[in-house]
Amino acid sequence: MSDTTEGRPDGAAPAIELKGISKAFGAVQANKDISIRVMPGTIHGIIGENGAGKSTLMSILYGFYKADAGEVFIAGRKTDIPDSQAAIAAGIGMVFQHFKLVENFTVLENIILGAEDGARLGPSLSKARKELTQLAAEYELNVDPDALIENIGVGMQQRVEILKALYRRADILILDEPTGVLTPAEADHLFRILEGLKREGKTIILITHKLREIMDITDTVSVMRRGEMTATVKTSETSPAELAELMVGRKVLLRVDKKPATPGANVLEVEDLRVVDDKGVERVKGVSLVVKAGEILGVAGVAGNGQSELLEVLGGVQTGTGTIRVNGQEIDLTGSQSDARTRRARGIAHVPEDRQRAGLIMDFKAWENVAFGYHDDPAYQSGLLMNNAAIREDTEGKIERFDVRPANANLPAKSFSGGNQQKLVLAREIERNPDLLLIGQPTRGVDIGAIEFIHQRIVELRDEGKAILLVSVELDEIMSLSDRIAVIFDGQIMGERLPSETDEKELGLLMAGITDTTHDHSVEEIEANLARAHGEVH
Amino acid sequence: MDRMPRWADIVLIPLINLLLAFLISGLVILAIGEDPIEALKLMVDGALGSTYGWGFTLYYATNFIFTGLAVAVAFHASLFNIGGEGQAALGGLGVALVCLMVPWPHWTIALIAATVGAGLFGALWAAIPAYLQAKRGSHIVITTIMFNFIAASLLNYVLVNMLRPAGSMDPATAKFPEATHLPTLTDFLEIFGIPFAARTPANITLIIALLACVAVYFLIWRTRLGYQIRALGKSEPAAIYAGISPVWIIMITMMISGALAGLMAINNVMGEAERLVLNSVEGAGFIGIAVALMGRSHPFGVLIAALLFGFLYQGGAELALWTSIPRDLVVVIQALVILFTGALDGMVRTPVERMFLALRRRKPQPTRGPAE
Amino acid sequence: MDFLTVLQILDSTLRLSTPLLLACLAGLFSERAGIFDIGLEGKMLAAAFFSAATAAATGSVWVGLLAGIGASLALSGLHGVASITFRGNQLISGVAINFLAAGLTVLIGQSWFGLGGRTPSLIGGGRFEPITLPFAEALSGVPIIGPLYAELISGHTIPVYVALLCVPLTWYILFRTRFGLRLRAVGENPAAVDTAGVSVVGLRFAAVAICGVLCGIAGAYLATGLQAGFVKDMSAGRGFIALAALIFAKWRPWYALYATLLFGFLQAISLRPDVIKSLVGFNVQIQLLDALPYILTVVILAGFVGKAVPPRAGGAPYVKER
Repeated sequence: MSDTTEGRPDGAAPAIELKGISKAFGAVQANKDISIRVMPGTIHGIIGENGAGKSTLMSILYGFYKADAGEVFIAGRKTDIPDSQAAIAAGIGMVFQHFKLVENFTVLENIILGAEDGARLGPSLSKARKELTQLAAEYELNVDPDALIENIGVGMQQRVEILKALYRRADILILDEPTGVLTPAEADHLFRILEGLKREGKTIILITHKLREIMDITDTVSVMRRGEMTATVKTSETSPAELAELMVGRKVLLRVDKKPATPGANVLEVEDLRVVDDKGVERVKGVSLVVKAGEILGVAGVAGNGQSELLEVLGGVQTGTGTIRVNGQEIDLTGSQSDARTRRARGIAHVPEDRQRAGLIMDFKAWENVAFGYHDDPAYQSGLLMNNAAIREDTEGKIERFDVRPANANLPAKSFSGGNQQKLVLAREIERNPDLLLIGQPTRGVDIGAIEFIHQRIVELRDEGKAILLVSVELDEIMSLSDRIAVIFDGQIMGERLPSETDEKELGLLMAGITDTTHDHSVEEIEANLARAHGEVH
Repeated sequence: MDRMPRWADIVLIPLINLLLAFLISGLVILAIGEDPIEALKLMVDGALGSTYGWGFTLYYATNFIFTGLAVAVAFHASLFNIGGEGQAALGGLGVALVCLMVPWPHWTIALIAATVGAGLFGALWAAIPAYLQAKRGSHIVITTIMFNFIAASLLNYVLVNMLRPAGSMDPATAKFPEATHLPTLTDFLEIFGIPFAARTPANITLIIALLACVAVYFLIWRTRLGYQIRALGKSEPAAIYAGISPVWIIMITMMISGALAGLMAINNVMGEAERLVLNSVEGAGFIGIAVALMGRSHPFGVLIAALLFGFLYQGGAELALWTSIPRDLVVVIQALVILFTGALDGMVRTPVERMFLALRRRKPQPTRGPAE
Repeated sequence: MDFLTVLQILDSTLRLSTPLLLACLAGLFSERAGIFDIGLEGKMLAAAFFSAATAAATGSVWVGLLAGIGASLALSGLHGVASITFRGNQLISGVAINFLAAGLTVLIGQSWFGLGGRTPSLIGGGRFEPITLPFAEALSGVPIIGPLYAELISGHTIPVYVALLCVPLTWYILFRTRFGLRLRAVGENPAAVDTAGVSVVGLRFAAVAICGVLCGIAGAYLATGLQAGFVKDMSAGRGFIALAALIFAKWRPWYALYATLLFGFLQAISLRPDVIKSLVGFNVQIQLLDALPYILTVVILAGFVGKAVPPRAGGAPYVKER
């Protein structure tokens, strides 16, 4: 192998080297001529916006996609990775953003799946059990081997994924947006595990869109933009501002210009709201809150703590118990009148968290989507039939006012970019002149240019005296848009703060369920708290 | 941007699928030692060569329009109604009860009542699986299969024990009264002075079938209900977000689907047999699946596909009469059409899409595509 | 009702359950791997025809069995190509296979034998003969146990015993082997299997092939064990009853045995209206008995008696996702 190190003076071959990787999906060029070197025993960050091509690149490395062009070198040796099998054989382990676990299998069964010894299961299981105890002690990766995946929390599931990779003797570990589902404390624990792995000589690639994580833990960082690798720099020699600029290609205004709020009367009053999901688990546990006219209430929290359910009950998508009043009038939460249609009739507009799954029908044309949810509007009818011409005309106006591109009402929703899809939804909901706007993850998967536009429209709506309930897992977004912040944890509101009187640290503790924010808390304490909330017994 | 032009999607691909199905059917005929070209000639001659042949072809096509529309409407809500067979059988029961229980003064009134009866019985038989899907999450494909068998047992029971005239050994109802007999297509065309062979089973139900095509078109693409059906079919979470009740839409869609399947009975039970016999549907409910798949769930496509299957049915009967090829050849062709237009669609679609993509790349782009 | 009648009915229960059990286990392998199969009926029918035709031609039931399995495997392969390779709709593919088998068996049968779709009646070595288990003769004198052993347990054809043995075997394969673990995983979350470096396509084709073999035995038993030759549509909905039994059994091997025994019993008893009358005191309509497996399945599906949760990834073609 000595010839493949190209006789470089330091002698160490990169753990991974990619040369000229390109990949196109149809007309979209996801990766353009990407070259990168990852040195062994380092934590290498890859940062970029949604859709920058990070995940595609890693999927190529894991054998999920075949690159159109380019070469992969593992430890200096040119390696073909046609499938996951080859990636595993090359010592690559991957922790996907969406875990690849079998829900009704035990932790142990998930770990040995695909890496069994021999045709009979018994010996494989007992061998894995022993090894697991060892790994757990070595890297602080404690899990109950006999627990079913569906019964453990997301943090634990992520550890199972890491264990899967280590059990397969991975030397290179790729983590794709690993902290999206974690609290700051859980994320800290994850980073400690990663530091431990690095000390043992493992190479780690961390894919994220969060600048803070890059600055905290990585040794080197590569920046991707629109399918291209724009830079690779030592983390110690760069700054968040520089990275942000590299990510988007220009200076970013992270602050939103807005006047102080002038709150009016209560528009939304929620008292003791409770939501039980299909599995009988209580997801919202007695939430009470108020949103006034002319203010934005931001709900902060780690994904999966009940904020989605809160939004859905308010939007009429789910049922719940408790009291909700809009403009002083109570809303039916369980009866036959409890659906999204009656909510809209009461002046509630709703921009859902997942626009592709709920907010739009991806195969419907733009104009069909503009009628979506408002298909009963008399303006859209002519006799027994729908007045498609009127809907089209309305759509063309919205496309112009919200600068939707391409400006073609006949294109299906799936043909628009994430930002333009969101503008379509926003146009539909805002132009109904609602008293209350429910808006979830307004800028998830949206390009920077559209983010500014969307933030401006939300603030404008507030200035018109409307009440706005904003749910977002991006703490930056909550901090910059909200007039008041409520923090949700385990289905309960932990407290309310004014943006001017709080900081990310305090909010982070509240998001982990710790209300006593004046003292320092150990990670163990926070973890124990989370475990209780997830209903785990140890 | 779409991967290929619209005409390729709705004409070219179904055509290739169909040709593949026919090609293999031809090979099957070759394999059993017959001449496929000769067979095709016989079929065309027998089914389309005379107004007599057309009379049978149109009669069968009428059945298939109804069952094809039934499957197509359900497809729009992403429901696979495989229970057309049972729903059409129950429709037959509805028709029989209407025709036998009330002394109708004139066929027009009897037809209206029988249409209601057929539709209602078919709709109710579809309503139970629909309810179980909507409320209890029971997979509609399995329940409708089960309901086909339950319907067969039920009809067997009703015909043997209740509706069989005293002294008859035949598990069938009595002949319907004269006043309920529908005018044949021959009678109808005579009004316009068009000569048409007598003694064919084609009757004025064909007109109702054509009206049903138009009605389904407006229902799916022009009404609020159709909008909601299509929305639910594309995405259930989105439908709920928009305030569309999945329970209600599943119920109403399946009942419309069941009613359409049931309506077939005015053709075969009231128009042709003029009494209800055991297994009156004769597989037309299943052919509806092939018809809907081939017709891409569009009423116009369903009409074309139903005509094709009407031709195959009549042509197949002629083949069985003149050669040693049994009628079951049609079942094979039907299977191949379902296979190629339904399950193996991707086999044809992917290469065709690639071809169009390659053609487009070669051409210089006149304007830039959509942003990003 | 005497002991002998009970034995007779249980005996025919066992014989009638056999094709249901084999087809049900066939479906179990396929659906546990995430491939829905409503084409069990067609595969059984094709196997019945080709086994009978081959047995008639060669005079050997074993060659017939192989031909039956071959025919069923060919249709399984078609289902696999449509639903795994081309990611087509598994339900539609199943429907097509049922019709293909129904049409082709008659078409080919007519061409080969000219008997209106039937095969010639099988005699001698063309059929599975009952085998007498050891000590059946000797024990038959012992009260109760003797006749029970001699009449009910002994004296069946080989496929009956094969089917019964398949139950523990299936259980062992599914829950105690590497292959079983992967098979169940691919029906629950194929992405987990794929990222673990195991071929989803390979596993699913393996499952579909096992399904084909078992359906082949089931169909061959119909034509060369239960009856002596093939007649048109002789599977008579058994593939769908097996499907019903599979749901009834909630996709578990031992429950599959119980469910198919129950449905076999319903078929056996519907042949003996006199026994039903003496049992319940009044005439039970045969039609009700015929419909009972389907009604029971609908009740189970509706979740009134426990919930039947199918494998999570069932029915959906696997597409790689990040």
